Amino acid sequence: MAKSESEQTWKDLEVGCIVTEPGSARQYESGTWRSQRPTYDFKKCIKCGLCQIFCPEGCIEPNKDKDGVFEADMYYCKGCGVCYRECPTRVITMVEEEEK
Amino acid sequence: MTTRTGIEVSIAVADAVRLANADVIAAYPITPQTHIVEHLAELVANGELDAEYIPVESEHSAMSACLGSAAAGARTFTATSSQGLALMNEVLYVASGMRLPVIMAVANRALSAPLSIWADHSDMMSVRDTGWIQIVVENGQQAVDNIICAFRIAEDRRVLLPVMVHLDGFNLTHVIEPIVFPEQSDVDRFLPKSKYPLPLNPDRPVAMGSFAPPIIYTETKWAQEINIRNSKDVIISCWDEFGRTFGRQYHAVEKYHNDGAGVILMTMGSTGETASVAIDELRADGENIGQVRLRMWRPFPFEELRNAVNDAEVLIILDRAISYGGPGGPVASEVKSAFYNQVKKPKIVSFVGALGGRDITVSGFKNLIKRGIDIARTGSKNEYEIYGVRE
Repeated sequence: MAKSESEQTWKDLEVGCIVTEPGSARQYESGTWRSQRPTYDFKKCIKCGLCQIFCPEGCIEPNKDKDGVFEADMYYCKGCGVCYRECPTRVITMVEEEEK
Repeated sequence: MTTRTGIEVSIAVADAVRLANADVIAAYPITPQTHIVEHLAELVANGELDAEYIPVESEHSAMSACLGSAAAGARTFTATSSQGLALMNEVLYVASGMRLPVIMAVANRALSAPLSIWADHSDMMSVRDTGWIQIVVENGQQAVDNIICAFRIAEDRRVLLPVMVHLDGFNLTHVIEPIVFPEQSDVDRFLPKSKYPLPLNPDRPVAMGSFAPPIIYTETKWAQEINIRNSKDVIISCWDEFGRTFGRQYHAVEKYHNDGAGVILMTMGSTGETASVAIDELRADGENIGQVRLRMWRPFPFEELRNAVNDAEVLIILDRAISYGGPGGPVASEVKSAFYNQVKKPKIVSFVGALGGRDITVSGFKNLIKRGIDIARTGSKNEYEIYGVRE
């Protein structure tokens, strides 16, 4: 796997920025666009999966480590809040993303 | 034994493309470039050049077809002029950014309005920052030689950039000149088959022209800048090799009696030869005057220019384009920045003239030089003067 975009120097680039490996868009951290982030009260989650279906980024999956509740991957989550709006049991609250 | 052939320069340029064995030509006719692509169409139709000729519906399409062709690893040529070059504009950036070695002859012509079909440099200046290598010639022989060199430069693994060869419309394209054509076998040796490193190939799929987010865009642009800067040495060594092989030597900055000259006139393009006659006559009258002619516009040869101007006290520059509301001619502003931080520098006098096909004759150049020396002595409240305008 090539270096991630944030590690690449100008010398690492292929001629004409040709992309030689498939799936390189996965390296793109769209999570940096976020101005709000979802927070979860997982006790209310009924695992209906509506948030996963509606997520325009496709970044929501059942989290195996948390008994299969649905959670966004913050590397890609843009903080649009569609999951917050669609969740029938109000698991999600959007909070301001603060600079670390 | 070298034979000189009397031939129209446009036809000679097309013949140079044939000698270079281009694989694909995608072009749209526009005066004064038309004869180049017309003759290429004829060569392909007659089976004298084994190439794909793509007659497109516009220059934008011509350059777009050239991108695809070069990306597939084919040796690619096109030609245009003025409005056609302007219409290509957005695609030109793509060719250089994607490092595709397309070769283009540009018959320099004024941009509208008012409509003019005649020569000046407003078209080539409008594409100055597109990332193409830009080489300027002064006569037909130079056009033929530099078309052949352009393929070798563009396809060099260390360069891989598109190249424009600029020849002034009509003044060069439509005149008949005695041309020495290199032998096909010598050209074949000088110009080996193109080997683009990552061509479009179904067996080895790649993504070209992809998206670059802010985290990587600066790196891509710096890579491109370093790349075109470094191309200068490759271009110069290509000219050296051409000189050894064919006996005609080219330089980034051509010099004429510049050594020890107190006053130097700087030109670019076809006016250079007329100006040389004026220099000869002034020198015969005892004037200590020389000339430099810019061959390489991009990358700009800063070091070579400073060396050529050397200890001259006055440098008079003729531009064939205006940067409206700006500092004057584009060549002059480049030269001024080349000298700005130098301790020893000449007084730089900027003229704009020879616009839209207006001739400057030998006596015209003598007047221009005299006026330039006066301005250098007394100063001028203007950034530049326009030469030959009726007040």
